Amino acid sequence: MTSLSWRRVLLDGLWRQNPGLVQLLGLCPLLAVTTTTAYGLGLGLSTLLVLSCSGLLVSLTRRWVAPHIRIPVFVLIIAGLVTAVDILMQAWVFELHRVLGLFVPLIVTNCAIIARAEAFASRQVAGYAVLDGIAHGTGFAVVLIVMGFVRELLGAGTVFADMDMLFGPLAATWKIHVHEGFLLMILPPGAFFVLAALVAARNAVVARTLQSTNRESAPVVTSTS
Amino acid sequence: MDIAKRRQLLPIVAFTVLTVLTAAGLSALSAQTAERIVANQRAWDMRQINELLSAAEYDNDVFSDVIAVGSADPDVQLLGPGAPHEILRATQNGQPVAVIVRVTAANGYSGPIDLLVAIYADGTLAGVRTARHRETPGLGDRIEITRSAWITGFNGRSLQDPAVEDWAIRRDDGVFDQITGASVTSRAVTSAIRDALRYFEAHKASVFAAQNAAGDSAQ
Repeated sequence: MTSLSWRRVLLDGLWRQNPGLVQLLGLCPLLAVTTTTAYGLGLGLSTLLVLSCSGLLVSLTRRWVAPHIRIPVFVLIIAGLVTAVDILMQAWVFELHRVLGLFVPLIVTNCAIIARAEAFASRQVAGYAVLDGIAHGTGFAVVLIVMGFVRELLGAGTVFADMDMLFGPLAATWKIHVHEGFLLMILPPGAFFVLAALVAARNAVVARTLQSTNRESAPVVTSTS
Repeated sequence: MDIAKRRQLLPIVAFTVLTVLTAAGLSALSAQTAERIVANQRAWDMRQINELLSAAEYDNDVFSDVIAVGSADPDVQLLGPGAPHEILRATQNGQPVAVIVRVTAANGYSGPIDLLVAIYADGTLAGVRTARHRETPGLGDRIEITRSAWITGFNGRSLQDPAVEDWAIRRDDGVFDQITGASVTSRAVTSAIRDALRYFEAHKASVFAAQNAAGDSAQ
């Protein structure tokens, strides 16, 4: 295994192995919930919390978990965390929880979480495991927020609607109404279009960086006549 | 016990302990937050009620003054599927002011639509709000007050205004405009409201006279 550093762990989760744009995991909530920035942010923060805590707990208990029962243990930890997050959301952000509905408990089925538990947290010390959870969770959350922002702006014609569900009544003033909205963008096809555009954009950035690094290291060819 | 058996047993014991700890932790969390969650739910319901009836109009706690219309009631199908249906009663100084009936429109486009129908004691509509539905965003979901004002078109109406035969959408020779592109949804909601009014008209006296105990059927 190549050497691990906190920088590498962060970069992996945020960019190189971004759950939403590279691994393409957790697509169900990604596509369904991102109709406004607020909903994307809400679900993103919940998933981030679950990912970080599951990283911590899976790592701390790794010595007592025999290989043949590791999957049930991971599921237990993740389901317990999601249940806790579900209860906390009902207590503190009730309206947002009502809007997100089914997708809060469905965080359990987000493959990104159990994938990180299996591939990383169960083999690393707690510090790196938590950092990895934070990195992947943040990477996923950023995609949720960007998608929510774009779909809301194009589909509903607003910016920052329903922010008061997360930040309290004052945040209701953040809402800006720009235009009437293009309905398709807040329906499922629009979700696919926006995700495709984001993945393509990321791929383009990667290709361009690769190109420029290749150009720098390639020997200069001069023709000899 | 020999070493091999102990090795096999340890992970199982550890797993069991982890399960018990998780269950205990979640129970504790649930108990700690239960009061707050109930209060949130109550505030949410209250907000819906306040859109229909102003607080000045009644002085009782509508959530404690509830009767349930069960399947024993011959007219229960007027309130839609999913009996028992709750009727919250609003009174002022013990006098009947209004009721809020939870009805279900069975024929929504994407499934049943739960509605809160507020009716004054004289049979006029105070208003209607959607409680739960799965209608198409941008089309059927315009029955929600946050999406359009269509649902306020029923305020002040009654079974005399318009007459029962005209209680339908324009397309069905009635007087109510349907939501453009969502006639199925509009039709379902309109007929559910009409049927709620019909139920109230037939059972008005017993609804207010019935003993206050959720779970009892109104006679």
